Amino acid sequence: MASYNSAKCAKSARIERLKEELFRQMPQIEADRALLLTQSYMATEGEPIVTRRAKAFKNILENIPVTIRPDELIVGSATVAPRSCQVFPEFSFSWLEDEFDTVETRSADPFHISEQTKKTLRTVYQYWKGKTTSELATSLMAPETLKAMEHNVFTPGNYFYNGVGHVTVQYDKVLAIGYRGILEEARAEKSRMSFGDADYCSKAALLDGIIMSCEAVITYARRYSELARQMADGEKDPARRRELLQIAENCARVPEQGATSFWEACQSFWFVQMLLQIESSGHSISPGRFDQYMYPYYKADIDRGVITRDFAQELMDCIWVKFNDLNKCRDAASAEGFAGYSLFQNLIAGGQDIHGEDATNDLSFMCIDATMHVLLPAPSFSVRVWNCTPHEFLIRAAELTRTGVGLPAYYNDEVIIPSLMSRGLTLEDARDYNIIGCVEPQKAGKTWGWHDAAFFNMLKPMEMVFSNGVLEGEQVGLRTGELPELRTFELFLDAYKAQMNYMISLLVNADNAIDEAHAIRCPLPYLSSMVEDCIRRGKTPEQGGAVYNFTGPQGFGIANVADALYAIRTLVYEQKKLTLCQLKEAMANNFGKSDGADAEELTRRIALELSKNGLPVDAGVVEEIYRTVKDRRADSRYDEIREMILDLPKFGNDLHEVDALAREAAYTYTKPLLQYRNPRGGQFQAGLYPVSANVPLGAQTGATPDGRYAGTPVADGVSPSAGRDVNGPTSAANSVSVLDHGIASNGTLFNMKFHPSALAGDAGLENFVALVQTYFEKKGSHMQFNVVSRETLRDAQKNPDKYRSLVVRVAGYSALFTTLSKSLQDDIINRTEQTAF
Amino acid sequence: MENNRVVGRIFDIQKFSTHDGPGIRTVVFLKGCILRCRWCCNPESQSYRIQELKTEKKNKVVGYDTTVGEVMQKVMQDMPYYRRSGGGMTLSGGEALCQTEFANALLKEAKAQGINTAVETTACLPFESMIAPHLPYLDTVLMDIKHTDSEKHERFTTMRNELILDNARRIAESGCRLIIRVPTIPTFNDTPEEIRSIARFAASLPGVEEIHLLPYHRLGYDKYIGLGREYTMGDVPPPTKEKMEELRLVAEREGLRAILGG
Repeated sequence: MASYNSAKCAKSARIERLKEELFRQMPQIEADRALLLTQSYMATEGEPIVTRRAKAFKNILENIPVTIRPDELIVGSATVAPRSCQVFPEFSFSWLEDEFDTVETRSADPFHISEQTKKTLRTVYQYWKGKTTSELATSLMAPETLKAMEHNVFTPGNYFYNGVGHVTVQYDKVLAIGYRGILEEARAEKSRMSFGDADYCSKAALLDGIIMSCEAVITYARRYSELARQMADGEKDPARRRELLQIAENCARVPEQGATSFWEACQSFWFVQMLLQIESSGHSISPGRFDQYMYPYYKADIDRGVITRDFAQELMDCIWVKFNDLNKCRDAASAEGFAGYSLFQNLIAGGQDIHGEDATNDLSFMCIDATMHVLLPAPSFSVRVWNCTPHEFLIRAAELTRTGVGLPAYYNDEVIIPSLMSRGLTLEDARDYNIIGCVEPQKAGKTWGWHDAAFFNMLKPMEMVFSNGVLEGEQVGLRTGELPELRTFELFLDAYKAQMNYMISLLVNADNAIDEAHAIRCPLPYLSSMVEDCIRRGKTPEQGGAVYNFTGPQGFGIANVADALYAIRTLVYEQKKLTLCQLKEAMANNFGKSDGADAEELTRRIALELSKNGLPVDAGVVEEIYRTVKDRRADSRYDEIREMILDLPKFGNDLHEVDALAREAAYTYTKPLLQYRNPRGGQFQAGLYPVSANVPLGAQTGATPDGRYAGTPVADGVSPSAGRDVNGPTSAANSVSVLDHGIASNGTLFNMKFHPSALAGDAGLENFVALVQTYFEKKGSHMQFNVVSRETLRDAQKNPDKYRSLVVRVAGYSALFTTLSKSLQDDIINRTEQTAF
Repeated sequence: MENNRVVGRIFDIQKFSTHDGPGIRTVVFLKGCILRCRWCCNPESQSYRIQELKTEKKNKVVGYDTTVGEVMQKVMQDMPYYRRSGGGMTLSGGEALCQTEFANALLKEAKAQGINTAVETTACLPFESMIAPHLPYLDTVLMDIKHTDSEKHERFTTMRNELILDNARRIAESGCRLIIRVPTIPTFNDTPEEIRSIARFAASLPGVEEIHLLPYHRLGYDKYIGLGREYTMGDVPPPTKEKMEELRLVAEREGLRAILGG
């Protein structure tokens, strides 16, 4: 049984100074990597791709600027300017070229780009035309797939335009034996090969690439060592000089050798974390179980008396700041889907060890405190919860939740472990899981999981049931029949399932095309050095080198589909108050909601459809369509239909008949996916979460039968539709737990909003922890919380429909915030300020 | 299963209540009250009649008849949360104990299911017939002492307090866990002298260790208007945090654990 010291450590003054330095200017785009990569590529035409990748990596690490920022104890920066990003033209580039002049002023995640950088990149881009993974993937896809993507049924944008990432490597191995040890391992493997082996050519090339990459990393760390020594020579402050000299020593030793102290381990960890994000642009490079693999180094130093807990905490806090020094520029549309410059470096604490015993240790608590000290979005901090998690650990996590930072996310071992085993992981590997990116569980160092393979909008196939497979005048889906033919609810549901199955097959086609493209054009030798079993198999993860292979695309909109199916079954088939055709008409008219922008959008669609059918569309015709649209919208029948729908029970209120339909809706996505395989021999597995794509993709989705207006966000994750759960958090959690979380083995996401008063005092924390544990007893998989601030309450005043389930608690009296009058809401907002944490 | 068929009148069931007894609770609000406190934040709870409440959108019918079985079905939905948090079911109102048979059947049924029980009561009821029968099925009684001066009590609540104070002692002597609550109302009982007097009385009750001071708020205002009634508290502002803390210390000095809010 683990014993631990949970005492809180002090926060060093250094941390605020590091944060200030990080945020002193707008993030920039830097061209060094793109230029060095391209120069190397130009010099290696005709060589094996894995060799070219290794040589390019080497060229980058030998020549990219090295930077040590003021006050840093852990060094290694991908860019000269803080919080900035490099460019990765091998994956895709045209979007950035198109956005050169707008990237600085766009609303989501702007970046500064200098004229010199633009000029460099323009030159570089000339080389890349036709050579990117994105272009190859497109040419590998079926035309049907491209058409479905055009209509936003799903979007595999993430890996389509970027590196894959979404991995946790063998940090423990680098900490233990260093890259010297790894390259020896590759050499030994090579020495065992016979020239007559069938895979000699490809395997030898990869092993050489791994050796070259490891050597490049060693060289890179030495450059930092030299820089630190130079800086120490010019440093007047003796304390800082000592720090710089120690940094110089650390970087001379790690990550080449195994770490011999906690500081070295921290430095070695950081080089791995940062360099993976220089080799490829894949995000969600997740540190995973930091508290577990760092612990031996911490414990040895504490036992030897060479480090204080406060200093260990300071080093961790430095790393926590450093996570935020990395950045990534995405295209404008993707930036909306991943808003907040996020890299999803998921770090997890707590849980059980491979033997099934609790693994909480000092560092588990210090991870919570680091997050509390730094209060920045990265790392995406998570905690594992199981039946034997120390209560004290959960209370400390709840205190962090109470700050309103939105961290940690809570994960349930009791669901995730069996779920992973059902996908072929061994019991020991499943017990050792960590989370990738948002919510995706896997075993570190053995998995190439493709965890964020696409977003699939489950409302689009529903739309296609109503249109017999047609979207904006094009036959995109199957012909599942005209509406009057769907005489029973079972027939309607069958039609929906048919549309779903077909779209899922196209989604698989898209993902597999992209998968192939990465294997062909961007295998990653450096990554291969830290994923089992790449060395022995002689394959990169992209080529099937990992032990576990998956593809995990995400479905979202379950709550909408559930509410829609319930409304259709009740109003159309049971009560016969409505026909499908009437419902379709009401949706086409956005339930009579007649704001100008809306009518314009519909006019645009109708005009587009007309012109696609070869009819002439001039200004006069457009004017006429617009007038007709506006008149028809005024029709109050549509609004009455919506009222009828809204009066029905909804998912999220602990009503089993609706919740059971939600489970059915989730199965229409999760079950068919399981039958598909990817080119690496792995299985497809569903996730149920949208990151923030439910907003932009909702904007491209028409009105839906659950009464949702066109263009508004789709429900987020497995959560109920915003404002439709009105019976409080326990009822919402009960409904969500009815979904089968185990089958969605790529993760589910349940968001909850709380007013800070709900977590006030010790009793508030205790009740909060009880809520999390009970949801987990009911086999929920993941939970995260927004503790809402005054600003949110203000927004709730302006947009009450979005916040109908927001409960405010004031001195023993509870009320739904939006049902109160303006003056009383103001009262509460003012009180919130008094009780704000 | 006789209990499950007993009919009563309620106006709400509130899940995830965390201020009306220990842990995560479900509060069942029974309709009808004996007192008419001027500051009451649930004016729709006072009359036993089923009423119509006007709101900005649709009018809302307040109150409906239901059976113990139906209520328990809702209460049982959150059973795992009670177990984890030490919570359970709280009867509130109105005056929950006015509907003696219904309340008693609910409490018995809850106990039979292993659910922790609590009641929020004015205790302004005859002890033998309307309070004592429930005590074997109650884990916690949350009871208001609004004022020790009977005249003033009557002026603000329409009833004198002798019966209430007497019942407080009898409940305490029964061995049931008793928590005294004081709605702290400016213009009525928010002076240190008044709070001290209440706390002193509470401290004199055997076994009573805890007192809750519930600061006045105006969350009921809309409902008075919706019911077509006058809000007689006018513009009286809620007490400040500092004021409440001062009163809390006054209560604490009488040897009780004093808590702001529930």
